[in-house]
Amino acid sequence: MTQVWDWNYAFAILPSLLEGLGLTVLATVLGSVVAMILGLLLAVLRQGPPLLSVAVRGFVEFVRSTPLLVQIFFLYFVLPQFGIVLSALTVGVIALGVHYACYASEVYRAGIEAVPRGQWEAATALSLPRSRVWTGVVLPQAIPRVVPALGNYVISMFKEVPLLTAIGLLDVVGRAQQAGDTYFRYVEPYTIAGLLFLLLSYPASLLVRRLERRVGTI
Amino acid sequence: MIVFDGVGKRFGDNVVLSDLDFTVAPGEHVTLIGPSGSGKTTILRLLMCLESVNAGTIRVAGRYLSHMEKGGTLVPADEKHSREVRKRIGMVFQQFNLFPNMTVRGNLIEAPTRVLGLSKDEANARAEELLDLVGLRERIDEHPSRLSGGQQQRVAIARALAMRPDVLLLDEVTSALDPELVAGVLALLRDIGETTDITILCVTHEMGFARDFSHRVMMFDGGQVIEDAPPERLFSEPEHPRTKEFLKAVLSRG
Repeated sequence: MTQVWDWNYAFAILPSLLEGLGLTVLATVLGSVVAMILGLLLAVLRQGPPLLSVAVRGFVEFVRSTPLLVQIFFLYFVLPQFGIVLSALTVGVIALGVHYACYASEVYRAGIEAVPRGQWEAATALSLPRSRVWTGVVLPQAIPRVVPALGNYVISMFKEVPLLTAIGLLDVVGRAQQAGDTYFRYVEPYTIAGLLFLLLSYPASLLVRRLERRVGTI
Repeated sequence: MIVFDGVGKRFGDNVVLSDLDFTVAPGEHVTLIGPSGSGKTTILRLLMCLESVNAGTIRVAGRYLSHMEKGGTLVPADEKHSREVRKRIGMVFQQFNLFPNMTVRGNLIEAPTRVLGLSKDEANARAEELLDLVGLRERIDEHPSRLSGGQQQRVAIARALAMRPDVLLLDEVTSALDPELVAGVLALLRDIGETTDITILCVTHEMGFARDFSHRVMMFDGGQVIEDAPPERLFSEPEHPRTKEFLKAVLSRG
């Protein structure tokens, strides 16, 4: 009978897990950058001419209605057949980024629609060019209000990075799996992996809650 | 300065203006009165291109606003054309609509720098001069949310004047103000009316102001001008029965 928790083993695998965590955080950060920028773009385009608006809406609905894992597999296993070969991390950043961009675009949209009509009218009355109405008037009012909601999506993206182990990314869960498969001890690696997630997600969600109180939610 | 020629406007089945003709001379102050829903505010919104006409044409300073000439025929104006003509028109709204993400200064220099191409220094000088006029020079670096309604409206008036408009549209500019703040805003408008030659089109429920500020008062009902006269005559000897009724109701309220 072996002991349930082996501290020596736990410390031995910790550096590898932390390295994996670095990759998890990297994927989250890069994915978030893609999601925030693309999401904003989608939200603004959706307010554009009818045809464009419908196309954007169709794309958003399509991405939101299909599982992230299928999107990941598609990018990783199907695109190479068309000569596009991407690394697991690149696929991860694109898939997470685009998937969450579609959710983020809905958040931005709510923020944009919460800007009073009078603001648009005043900007129009001053003959401001359309691009400046967006960058100078509407978005500076819309974005601060949606930061907490976007923060929540970053946290849930962080927790979805382990899906990328399915295409061989050695993130923190990938490392845990590797350790377990090598030493046939699974308790320590998965417990540590879980704790590492908790250690980052929980303070992040507290931060988001504080932001929410500051700016108010929509 | 402003010519409405056979203008019609409807929202769905609801006809707001029908076959409306009127002109406003340069420098003239015209007040539009009438029951709510009579189309007064729609006229200002058409002039600001916040709405488009269903019939007829609108000309401002000799140029078509609602339409543009293309290959010898009139076609509905595009965004660029209406922006060009609209540069000469300023508007002040009931709800002020200052940009809350900018300071008072930011609100005043935004359009002059972005639209008229003024340098920052020129725009700042203009902003300071206008804030002197409206008596809020010392609040230049504050955000609108720190000002009272009356102060916000005075900044909004300064913002409209910063574009040096030929035409100023005032859309119930005192309706959202606490009663004790109304007088200050009206005094400012009287001052502007006396010291500039801006053509002013004004929708208001302040009959005292309409009487001493305007050269002409137009009474609207059912999307048409039913009476058009100098204020002395319209207020003391209204001709149309609807005008009499309306004035009686409004004046007894105050």
